[in-house]
Amino acid sequence: MAISDDEVSAIARLARLEIKEQDLAAVGAGLGRVLEFVRQMDAIDTTNIEPLAHPLELAAHRRADEVLEPDLRDVYQLGAPQVQNALYLVPKVIE
Amino acid sequence: MSSYPETVAGIATALAKGEFSSVEITRHYLDRIAAHDSRLNSYITVCEEHSLNQAAAADAMLKSKDAGPLTGVPYAHKDIFCTKGIKTSCGSRMLDNFVAPYSATVSERLDAASMVLLGKTNMDEFAMGSSNETSYFGPVTNPWREGAVPGGSSGGSAAAVAARLAPGATGTDTGGSIRQPAALCGISGLKPTYGRVSRFGLIAFASSLDQGGPMATTAEDLALLLNVMAGFDNKDSTSVDRPDEDYTRSLREPAAGLRVGIPKQFFSADLDADVAAPIRSAISELETMGAICTEIDLKHMDLSIPAYYVISSAECSSNLSRYDGVRFGHRCDDPRDIEDMYRRSRSEGFGVETQRRILVGTYALSSGYYDAYYQKAQQIRRLIRDEFKNALENVDAILGPTSPTTAFTMGQKSDDPVAMYLSDIYTTAVNLAGLPAISIPVGFADGLPVGMQLIGNYFAEAKLLQIAHQYQNVTDWHQHSPSLDDGIE
Repeated sequence: MAISDDEVSAIARLARLEIKEQDLAAVGAGLGRVLEFVRQMDAIDTTNIEPLAHPLELAAHRRADEVLEPDLRDVYQLGAPQVQNALYLVPKVIE
Repeated sequence: MSSYPETVAGIATALAKGEFSSVEITRHYLDRIAAHDSRLNSYITVCEEHSLNQAAAADAMLKSKDAGPLTGVPYAHKDIFCTKGIKTSCGSRMLDNFVAPYSATVSERLDAASMVLLGKTNMDEFAMGSSNETSYFGPVTNPWREGAVPGGSSGGSAAAVAARLAPGATGTDTGGSIRQPAALCGISGLKPTYGRVSRFGLIAFASSLDQGGPMATTAEDLALLLNVMAGFDNKDSTSVDRPDEDYTRSLREPAAGLRVGIPKQFFSADLDADVAAPIRSAISELETMGAICTEIDLKHMDLSIPAYYVISSAECSSNLSRYDGVRFGHRCDDPRDIEDMYRRSRSEGFGVETQRRILVGTYALSSGYYDAYYQKAQQIRRLIRDEFKNALENVDAILGPTSPTTAFTMGQKSDDPVAMYLSDIYTTAVNLAGLPAISIPVGFADGLPVGMQLIGNYFAEAKLLQIAHQYQNVTDWHQHSPSLDDGIE
């Protein structure tokens, strides 16, 4: 199954991955190989079969809406690439 | 080899009797790691100072008779479980600088049991792989053969236990990542029922499939470790709210009369003949022990790998979208703008296989392809789950090989992703269905270990452990250990 360079670029953009021009063909080939393989699923008719998202089909349990955790913002931000005044810094988004 | 016992149970008993201290046994394992792991590469982080502190605290508890069943017993922890204050890399450059600000529930439970953390074990990046070759920290060597893979993704844990660099370890299993490396390294490994072991603080790959579990040399050790690891957790929304169990409770009950189903699909052309032979001998052994073995039919098994790779990749693409270089993890240097920062941080931080899975998942979930891939895979997931459910109404366990081959050579399957995926041909269906399964060693083929898989009904871990323990009572495959022929003992 051939995946064109344009298709690879479009998927990479959705996934926020940077793929170099010269790697597009190889990435497309690997992707095509996997997609072709998984299309073996087409061998079976699944009309009217309800999709199964979760093996046990349990409803997620809930708890009372109470604060259980203390404020650990400073601890959590210790590993951040760039922080200032408790805010995460990123390149300018609005000029 | 030293005179120390090699099992979790043996070490726990000796510690309780005061035959040696936790500091002594911890030192013993740290020395073995120092001597052998530069070659095996089974640990990413060894936390010697932390280990010895924990061991000293455990010794104080043992002295004051304030100890639990596994107090002071050392273990290795897969580097996917967050450990507060100790690096948790998940085998990725993305998290090479990540020191978790909190601990996984499993880590907390092991701490609460006063076990001693030796270090964090190597793994395929984000648990995506079947050979441990996708780790940013380099491949792990199978202790049974130089140049052979240990399996994956819990390859570091499996190699460490096989080489006696830890008596027991944690692993996680999304499509076979506990069972397949256990088989390839000749140890025992258990993937519990989905929801039995908390996923809180376990770095997510595919959330509807991921499940933590124990790895050790014997089934008895797995039961002891699972007693510590398993239990309801309010912090995991998919944790199953059931009373705690003692997984050792039925170990000593005989296997006579237990019904074992053997799917004919598990012995098809995909299976190496020299792997099939020890499995067939193990079946005869179980029959001698009084188990009733019958052939069963699981006709959708061949669709499990395609369905698994669609579902797991879709969930992976969603889970790994959190790595954006903003709050933690790798950020690229000098981004031009925010888009450039996202894209370069991710492409630099993730390896080739992880990026491939993200792309496959993104494709399968994208507009126009959702029905053909993701929905189709979920429909097949139901067929597979129902087929298992029906089969398990008539048998206590389903038996087959864990892996179609023994440990393969490094590099052998790296160029073809699909060839690598087929290493998990007997294991992924179990994750799609959420069932528990165990792999135990049953012999060798050309000098490399062969593992047998037993699949049980939901929450039937104790029954699987019982069958495995009874088998290990009359065989000694689990006692074989590789000679680490680097001249160091």
